[in-house]
Amino acid sequence: MKTFNKSRRNFLKNSGALAVAGTLPISLVELAFADDGQNFTFAYISDAHIQQIKGSRFVRNWDRGLIRAVAETNLLAPKPDFVMFGGDLAQLGKPAELDHGAEIMSALKHDVKYVMGEHDYYLDLGAYWEKLFGPQYYSFDHKGVHFIVLNSIRTYDDWTFNRWPSDEQRMMEMAGLDNPNGSPFMVGDEQRKWLQQDLAKVAKTTPIVVFSHSPLQKIYKGWNFWTEDAEQIQALLQPFAKVSVIYGHVHQIQYNQIGNISFHSVMATAWPWPYPQAYAQAEQYLPKLTVPMNRADPFFERDATGWQFINMDNGHVDLNFTLYSNKDRSVHFNPDEKKPLDTQYQEEDARIPPQHHY
Amino acid sequence: MQRLQLILGKKPKEVSMRFILTLMLSVGLLACNQQPESTAPAESKTTSPAPTATATAIEPSDTPLLGLPPLPVPTDNPQTAAKIALGDRLYHDSRFSIDGKVSCATCHNEQKAFTDHLAVSVGNNGLTGTRNAPTVLNAAFYTSQFWDGREPELEGQSKQPFINPVEGGLPNHEPILEIVRSDPDYRAAFTDVFGVSAEQLTMDHVAKAIASFERTLISGDSPFDRYYFNHDTSALTEAQVRGFKLFLGQGRCISCHTIEQDHALFTDNRFHNIGIGINAIQEDVPQLATAFLQAKNQGGEVDTLVLTDKKSSELGRFAVTDNITEIGAFKTPTLRNIALTAPYMHDGSLKTLRDVIIHYNNGGVTPASAKVNDFLSGGIRPLNLTEAQIDDLVSFLEALTSPQIAQQTAATPSN
Repeated sequence: MKTFNKSRRNFLKNSGALAVAGTLPISLVELAFADDGQNFTFAYISDAHIQQIKGSRFVRNWDRGLIRAVAETNLLAPKPDFVMFGGDLAQLGKPAELDHGAEIMSALKHDVKYVMGEHDYYLDLGAYWEKLFGPQYYSFDHKGVHFIVLNSIRTYDDWTFNRWPSDEQRMMEMAGLDNPNGSPFMVGDEQRKWLQQDLAKVAKTTPIVVFSHSPLQKIYKGWNFWTEDAEQIQALLQPFAKVSVIYGHVHQIQYNQIGNISFHSVMATAWPWPYPQAYAQAEQYLPKLTVPMNRADPFFERDATGWQFINMDNGHVDLNFTLYSNKDRSVHFNPDEKKPLDTQYQEEDARIPPQHHY
Repeated sequence: MQRLQLILGKKPKEVSMRFILTLMLSVGLLACNQQPESTAPAESKTTSPAPTATATAIEPSDTPLLGLPPLPVPTDNPQTAAKIALGDRLYHDSRFSIDGKVSCATCHNEQKAFTDHLAVSVGNNGLTGTRNAPTVLNAAFYTSQFWDGREPELEGQSKQPFINPVEGGLPNHEPILEIVRSDPDYRAAFTDVFGVSAEQLTMDHVAKAIASFERTLISGDSPFDRYYFNHDTSALTEAQVRGFKLFLGQGRCISCHTIEQDHALFTDNRFHNIGIGINAIQEDVPQLATAFLQAKNQGGEVDTLVLTDKKSSELGRFAVTDNITEIGAFKTPTLRNIALTAPYMHDGSLKTLRDVIIHYNNGGVTPASAKVNDFLSGGIRPLNLTEAQIDDLVSFLEALTSPQIAQQTAATPSN
């Protein structure tokens, strides 16, 4: 007969970090945290892509992904200190989409802070989003950590203001992948100046966490997994002892270390990137497939999507990925190697091999 | 009958009629004209086989039934004729319950395709649990047992119902051991099968024998199998062929009720929230999940907790794994003989196969106007099937009935 696995209690205690996302640890929480009031957790939900079809009809799958993430977040124990939403709440930036997304998010029993995504932005350049969620970039302090939220999906003024016959056209161009009419994302002069001023007030020993939608590093330009002024932003962040950048947009697990800065992606609730050949039993609302990847199971529409529970363990970020229909993953900062490591699948021979057919 | 004699070795006449019937199922003989004499008391038939029979190991993987893979048998519990006969008797012995009335066969009755045709099963003293009795047929192929998969093997599964408060109701396994140690026939049989004295006899031996018997309760060779694996196009009706296409396509059934290249178990052995049971307790999930884990943390047994509290039982697989992504998720059951095992779903809440398909067609809600639960599995969505398509799908599901089982089943519930 199965009884409670008491070893988990010890695991939590010994690890000194909240490591088990997707569980309700009950009394275990005290054991993990009683000794260290400085550690805290927050949850991260991202990339919901709520999409209006017509009138009050929205794409069911994107709705249900966010609804489920919200319901699960409400069950978390320990209660996260706050919830971040990582951008792309809407698909085409429409007020109806943002309203609908905000309504689903309103079921969260936690404070929520928002990041601007390009799908939220390029219809009205963030005007309606600001009404709902506040400024596009800001900073705040929490339990000794300085948090910075950037709008990193802006681009050249010429592209934004002078090129398109309509706002809708601009939105559509920026929503596409591999689109020669698109333009790289950037934080831009105005925000970088603000960032410099904001950081000037912060001690170099204070842990810094930057939230952005695009990666603040250069990964793949064709899909805008890219931030054009990444090096300039990184230069502003390098003098600090502990810096983490947490970003959405890429819908997959990524982590990296550049100098002093740890980079972590968060998962999407809408769909995984890249996704397998579309499951064509019914009309699909997935973006056009450009590069197939044999990873997610197309029937289980939550497969390879997920959300995170993030532990701020002594100023460094540990991410616990909850992946539906997949094994959970943990990316923890390794103090010896001074970089984030996937605790289970770092070694080549420990990785799950990809499928070879759909 | 040649195959049967081959298996039984030299002394087929010593073996009971039910034993023969059971083995016939396992080797897939079609011409089964015996009436289910299995209704006769077990004692009159399962005399201990001669010692020579002990060594007659059955190797079912030699010739799997049409449509089935080789039978998985644990290396520490090989199939033997004597062990199967012993398990058969234990399976039917109602003395292993607090009121002397409940045996394995009470809820998994061979005349009802190894179910009980009740929404939820009735245990000792008329007590009811929270789960629909799944058929034992082909349970040997599952990678986990129970609706929530809390036991990996039949051996572990078979021990639990005896001591569940609403099933066998025994305080522990001791009363069972007292019977099998003192009953001369059992003593002799256990010694014969396992080479243990009465004093050495443990519940593991009992469980192994029952599991061995259950591994003979397999069925393939349905019209579908003849159509799909033998390419016999006349095996299915036109409606069934249309239904099969829907099963693969618009109905999306195949995604969980899987068919492989050379066999079909119609289950992915995974757990899904399909909007059954959980829908009724949505508002209570935070409180229930917390309370359940607290009870579990304080030493509560999962089987007791889930079978005695209706609401907590709807937490499903979560109760086993503590994982909130599995709230309301239950194991995909096989669809073989599904037309014989109504009512349906883990809580027996849907009466007919048509009701089941309508539930899926609604996108995981019954009635169609009900609120979709927040934890619904991603693959469940409205299917837009027409009434005629639903009829065709029901027809196809009826093609998954093995003729031997249909014959053995006393009254086939209509769909």
